[in-house]
Amino acid sequence: MPIKLFSWIKKLFKKKRMARIGIYGPPNAGKTTLANRIVRDWTGDAVGPVSHIPHETRRARRREDITIEANGRTITLDIVDTPGLATKIDFHEFMRYGLEEDEAKRRAKEATEGVIEAVKWLEDLDGVILVMDATEDPFTQVNVTVIGNMEARHLPMLIAANKIDLPEASPTRIRSAFPQHTLVPISALEGENIETLYDEIANRFG
Amino acid sequence: MTRKKNQTTTRVQGVELDFISEDKLATMTAIEKIRFILDEVRSSKILVLERGLTPEEEAKLIELTMIEITPDGFSGIEIESYPTKQNTSIFGKIFGKNTTRTRLTVIGPADKLKTIKKDRDMITAIVTKQ
Repeated sequence: MPIKLFSWIKKLFKKKRMARIGIYGPPNAGKTTLANRIVRDWTGDAVGPVSHIPHETRRARRREDITIEANGRTITLDIVDTPGLATKIDFHEFMRYGLEEDEAKRRAKEATEGVIEAVKWLEDLDGVILVMDATEDPFTQVNVTVIGNMEARHLPMLIAANKIDLPEASPTRIRSAFPQHTLVPISALEGENIETLYDEIANRFG
Repeated sequence: MTRKKNQTTTRVQGVELDFISEDKLATMTAIEKIRFILDEVRSSKILVLERGLTPEEEAKLIELTMIEITPDGFSGIEIESYPTKQNTSIFGKIFGKNTTRTRLTVIGPADKLKTIKKDRDMITAIVTKQ
């Protein structure tokens, strides 16, 4: 008990300026698009390619020393763009996107390894940006599992309700599903409301 | 004996549904639970857990599921649970007690169990024979 109490008091008075933040979410939620947006806005660089085929990101990519200035604060982040989390991967799904069988099987194999990598990264993070597709049902098991892990570890989390540029997007549905967490509706693709996201990143992880 | 006491089995059109009591899971370590779940699901059973897994156990289950996926074989699991609940009491916070309350969870092979709709209070799924 005393250790827990002391670490809480220490956290209270220590102003953390460096944080390793994981970008998590299901496949095709827009994680890499968001990672690219953040890194491009603050360094002029990019993290990785994006695609409409699920599991485009199959290796975690880490970009260090991204300094964000927002809301009167300066925070330096390591951004980890993680492969999409899933509980099932069937190579037939990739064939529906026009991939040949061999390529689809290889992608499926790499995707399973990517999911394992993403799960392992959960243990080495200071916080998470959970990217949800605002046009989809928010109660997916992946979302529930990531949120549960962050809550159990008492780590800060921010929900980015992505794809608000699409007419069917409903960030309100996500907000009512997880009312206990800070949510920012964004379009990572169009950059819509991205300044608000930076303000919240500075508030939550700074 | 243990199975009779803690587990009720129902056969529905060739697909076996096992309802696992909280007591049965409580006797297992995390890795035993995950092994048990994966073995049962890989033998085409649908499991309904009275109390689900902790978030850490769920993450481990996802990890081990990925290891077992094979082309033209096992394609993974469908798992649905209600969000866990945290103990927000001052006492719990001060004493650092991890009091995550896990909730009812349904797990099955991805090719047999499909979730139709899920919200905070209801999970709708269909079970298919293949």
